[in-house]
Amino acid sequence: MKITSPADLNQIAADFKSEISHYKCTVSVCGGTGCIASGCHAVRDALIKELESKGLTETVRLLVTGCHGFCQQGPLIDIYPGNILYCKVKPEWIPDIVEKTIVGGETIEQYMYSDPDSGKRIPSASDIPFFSLQNKLLLGKNPLLDPTDIRDYIASGGYTALAKVLDEMEPAEIIEEVKASGLRGRGGGGFPTGRKWATAAKLDAPDKWVICNADEGDPGAFMDESILEGNPHLVVEGLIIGAYAVGASGGFIYVRNEYPLALERITKAISQAREYGLLGENILGSKFSFDIAINRGGGAFVCGESTALMASLEGKPGEPRAKYIHTVEHGYHDEPTVLNNVESWGNIPGIILNGSAKFRELGTEGSPGTKIFSLVGKVRNTGLVEIPMGMTLHQLVNDIGGGVPDGKKFKAVQTGGPSGGCLPESMMDLPVDFDELTKVGSMMGSGGIIVMDEDTCMVDVARYFIRFLVSESCGKCTPCREGLHEMDRILTRITKGEGEEKDLDYLEELGAWMQSASLCALGTSAPNPVLSTIKYFRDEYMAHIRDHKCPGGVCKDLIEYHVIEDNCTGCTMCANVCPTGAASGEPKQVHAIDPVLCIKCDECYKACRFNAIGR
Amino acid sequence: MVTTISQTDLDKVDDIIERSGSNPEALIGILQDIQAEWHYLPIPALKRVGQRLEVPFNRIWAVATFYEAFTLEPRGRTHFMVCTGTACHVRGAQEIIRALEDELMVEAGRTTPDGEYSIETAHCLGACAMGPIVVVNEEYHGHMSRRKVLDLLASIRERRGSEK
Repeated sequence: MKITSPADLNQIAADFKSEISHYKCTVSVCGGTGCIASGCHAVRDALIKELESKGLTETVRLLVTGCHGFCQQGPLIDIYPGNILYCKVKPEWIPDIVEKTIVGGETIEQYMYSDPDSGKRIPSASDIPFFSLQNKLLLGKNPLLDPTDIRDYIASGGYTALAKVLDEMEPAEIIEEVKASGLRGRGGGGFPTGRKWATAAKLDAPDKWVICNADEGDPGAFMDESILEGNPHLVVEGLIIGAYAVGASGGFIYVRNEYPLALERITKAISQAREYGLLGENILGSKFSFDIAINRGGGAFVCGESTALMASLEGKPGEPRAKYIHTVEHGYHDEPTVLNNVESWGNIPGIILNGSAKFRELGTEGSPGTKIFSLVGKVRNTGLVEIPMGMTLHQLVNDIGGGVPDGKKFKAVQTGGPSGGCLPESMMDLPVDFDELTKVGSMMGSGGIIVMDEDTCMVDVARYFIRFLVSESCGKCTPCREGLHEMDRILTRITKGEGEEKDLDYLEELGAWMQSASLCALGTSAPNPVLSTIKYFRDEYMAHIRDHKCPGGVCKDLIEYHVIEDNCTGCTMCANVCPTGAASGEPKQVHAIDPVLCIKCDECYKACRFNAIGR
Repeated sequence: MVTTISQTDLDKVDDIIERSGSNPEALIGILQDIQAEWHYLPIPALKRVGQRLEVPFNRIWAVATFYEAFTLEPRGRTHFMVCTGTACHVRGAQEIIRALEDELMVEAGRTTPDGEYSIETAHCLGACAMGPIVVVNEEYHGHMSRRKVLDLLASIRERRGSEK
C-alpha cells in the first residue's frame, strides 16, 4: 500500500502490532555475518523444525535479525520476554530450549553466558557487563527487529521522524537541529554534519545529491555492515530527511560488494520503501520527491575518500582529485553533494525525533552522541559495541571487552584502521573521541578497535598496514605511491634483522613528507601506523635492529622455535600438531625441535599448555 | 586465456548491460554482474561491454584492473577467500595463506592448473570478531587455523574424490 499521510503510517503500525499480538514469545536468532560464520543458520533451521513439530508457530515468533553485538559468544539466541540470552548455541540444544524455556518458561543454566572470572551464570543479556555498559541508540533495536519487513520498522516508530519533518519542519529548521546536535561525521573525518548540510542547502543548483558511504574499507571494522544488515530502514529514513533538508532530488548508497547480506537487506529495504510511497514522487503526500539508487563498490579502500567515491559512482577508477573545492559544492556530476557515512545517516532520525538536546546528553562536548566500535583482535569479548563518546580506552577494552584472553599481556590498541595508530598501555586512560585520539597521533576513524597482546609484533603491524596501503594507493600522486613502497622496503629490512638505526629517522622524515605532500587523506594519514609505532614502541624496533630479535615472536627470520626443557612435560602435543615432524620426542620425555625441518608455523607454540615452546 | 565466448554467453552479457539501463556510469555494476556469472571477467565479455556502451576498451580495462574485486583469471571450482583484515592478521591469517599455498602449490591470487582450486585474499570480510576467517565458495568459516584450514581442504578433496 502507498502511504500518503502520517495517519497511514500510524495505521500500518497499529495493524502490524495487532498482527503479531498473538505471539506470546519471541525467539531472536542473531543473523549477523559474525554469527553466520559460527553457524547460526543450522540453529535457525533446527528452531524452525522444532517449532513446527511442536505446533508452536502460532504462538512463538521466530526472528532472524541483524547483529546483536556479542559475536564472540555466537551463535546467539535471545528469548523474549525476559531477554534471556543463550550463547554458543548448538542445533542439538534446540529441543531442550523449546521445551524448557519457550514452553516451560524456565531458564537453562548451562546454555547461559558464564562470567569468566567468577564462573557465575547470567541469564539476562541486560545483566552481562558487555551489554550493560553500552548505550545502544542505533543498534538497540536490532534483536527485536525483522530487518526484512518495513512494517516492523514502522511499528517500532520508524519513519515518524520523516513524517515530522515533512509535516511540520522547514528544511532550515532541520539543518539547525542537526547543527545544534553537534553530530560529527562517523566515517572518521569527524566533520560537523550540520555544517556540511548548510553549505549544500545554500547552493543554487538544478540537481543536488545525497550519498551514503557504506564502502566500509577499514579492515577490522564492520559496524556499517551491521547497521545495514540489522536496521536498513534507519539509514534510508536518514537519507530521505537529509535530502529534504538540502533539497536533493537523488541519492546513492555506495555499498561494499563484499557484504552480500548487507547488500541484500538494503536493496530490499529500498524497494519496500518505494512500494510504500516513502521513496519516489510526493513522499507521504507532500510535494517532496526523492529516490535512492544502490551502487556496489569494487573493493577499493581509496573510495572511502569523497572525490574517489564520486569518480567510482560515475563508473570510473576511484582516483581522488585535489579538493580546493569541496565535493559539497562540486561533487557528483560536478553538482552539490552531501556525503555521509552509514552511522551518521543512522543518527539523523533519532536527532529529529528526540531533539538535539537529548542527543547531546550522551558523549562529550566536542563529540556528542554514541559511537559504534568493532572490538576485535586479542580481546576476550570480541564484537560490536556502542558507547557514549568520552568513555576511556581502558573501559572499552577491559570493562566491556573483558581484557586480553589466555593470560597474555596487553601490548597495544590500534584505532583508526590503516590511517590510525597504535597506542600503548600508558594511553589507556584516554577518552575515546574525535579530538583526543588525533592529539596523540592516532585517530578515531570509522571505529575499528584492534587489541594486540604480547604475541603481536609492532613492526610487523606497521608493515601490515603499509602493505595494505601499497596495494590500495591509487598511484596518482608520487608521495603516497612511492613513499609507501619505500616504507615497505625499509620495514621489510627491519623485520629481517637487516635494519639500521638511521632507518627510523629516515622513516620519520619520509612520513613527514607524505603527510604534507600527498593529494588525499589516504596518503596524508598513511604514515600514521609507522610514526605511532616508532613513537610508542621504539624499543621493539631497536630489538629488531640492534639485537636481531622479534619480541612478539612474529618475524620469521628472527625467531627460532625451541623447547624450554624445564617446562616440558613430554605431553606430545607439539609433536602431534607439527606438520613437518620437526617437533618430536618420546611420551613423558623432554621433546625437541629440529630447526632444519621447522617451518615456523607456530602450531606447537599455540598447542603447548606448559609454556615449553620458546621462540 | 579465453579469447572467444559462445553466442549464448554474449546474450547473457547483453542482458546484464540492458538490466543496467545501458548506462556507462553503471560500468562497475555491470562488471560485477559479469563476474558473478562467470566468477571472473572474460576478455571477450569486456570487449562486448565496450562496444555496447560505446566506451573505449582502455576505459573498461582501467576499471577492471583498478578495483580489487575484479579478477581476469578464472577462479577454481573451490575458491578459498582468506580474510587479511587487521583482526584476522593479528590472529594468524598469514599462516593460513601459507598453509593453503604450500598444500595447493599455487600462490594466493592464482588458480591451480587443473582449475580445481583458487586462493584469494580479501582486505576484510566483515566478520572480524570471528577471525581468522576463510570463505569457501561463499560459506563462512570462523576461528580458522593452519590445521583447521588444511582439515577443511582434506574434507573437500575427499568429497570431490567420491564424486568422481
